[in-house]
Amino acid sequence: MSNPSPLRRLWVLFRSMLVISAFTFGGGFVIVSLMKKRFVDELGWLEEEEMLDMIALAQTCPGPIAVNCAVLVGWRVAGSAGMLSAVLGTVLPPMVVLGLVSLAYDRFAGNRYAALALRGMQAGVAAILADVALGLVGKVLRAGDGLRIALMAAAFVAVAFFRVNAVWILLAAALAGTIAALRRKGGGAT
Amino acid sequence: MILWQLFLSFAQVGLFAIGGGYAAMPLIQAQVTQAHAWLTPLEFADLVTLAEMTPGPIAINAATFVGTRLAGATGAAVATLGCVLPSVVLVSALSFVYLRWRSKPLFKGVLGCLRAAVAALIAAAGLTLLRLALFGASPVAPENLRWLNLILFAGALAALRRLRWNPILTLLLCGAVGVAVGVATGMA
Repeated sequence: MSNPSPLRRLWVLFRSMLVISAFTFGGGFVIVSLMKKRFVDELGWLEEEEMLDMIALAQTCPGPIAVNCAVLVGWRVAGSAGMLSAVLGTVLPPMVVLGLVSLAYDRFAGNRYAALALRGMQAGVAAILADVALGLVGKVLRAGDGLRIALMAAAFVAVAFFRVNAVWILLAAALAGTIAALRRKGGGAT
Repeated sequence: MILWQLFLSFAQVGLFAIGGGYAAMPLIQAQVTQAHAWLTPLEFADLVTLAEMTPGPIAINAATFVGTRLAGATGAAVATLGCVLPSVVLVSALSFVYLRWRSKPLFKGVLGCLRAAVAALIAAAGLTLLRLALFGASPVAPENLRWLNLILFAGALAALRRLRWNPILTLLLCGAVGVAVGVATGMA
């Protein structure tokens, strides 16, 4: 892991969130997938497991997932200043873009080129999520923990086919994890 | 005092919308069309379309749109601040707890299961977006398939996984190809 000066770190953090936020369509999971690629795969600032923890925590708290995740990553990478620069980077692009667009709404919403570009970008967004999901699912499968594999399969079915709210999924996973950990502890003692 | 009302309204949205954009939408609607007559239902529909066409969290988009309408750039800034302030405070507290206790054995077990669940959540979100990309709002059937997007999806996925392309560039390239093919085939 490279160790840039603190100020440089803040700048890279701010700029990364600015770019990610400016090009993210399609909701919170797109932005957290891009954050994973940037902060784990490209910069090496976070372990993959930390990033996943942060995504889970961000999802269970109120407010926009992207902002919540930026708060967590910001604190971890560079303390309170990091938190502020990550949040600022996340909220600036939508503010500027929407502020401009709301002045010329009709021209923008009826624009065929914008519609075509957005349609093509939907395919790109789906590919980014598929890429991140394949990597993560593969890792859970290879780790070979039966409980976690079963949990992952059940969670996928519940969300994809029964539209269960993600918050319930995470609470259920936390409960299963707690019970398993307590049982393991109890088993170790006897 | 319109700025204070904007701040309070969007702070409520920020505080009570758990689970992202889809959870936030009804709360925003209640605040801006019912609690306050800031937007007509038709304008709210415009806002939803715009939020889908522009980047960023839907709640931030809504805060900016309504804030700009009511009080210009200051309104946008105040509404957005209201929207993110509850998260910043709550999640910062949570971050403190997480960084302090994450290496405890009980916590580790719980986090391991949460990670498996997050993998599933991302996969499910990916499936929803893939369906949207390939079929739009139409039913899933061969005659509704957008062939171009199927090709773009497969190409982008291969580029990301095999060639480790930068995701943002991949995304922009997909948009550019979408425009180019649309123009070439006379859709625009």
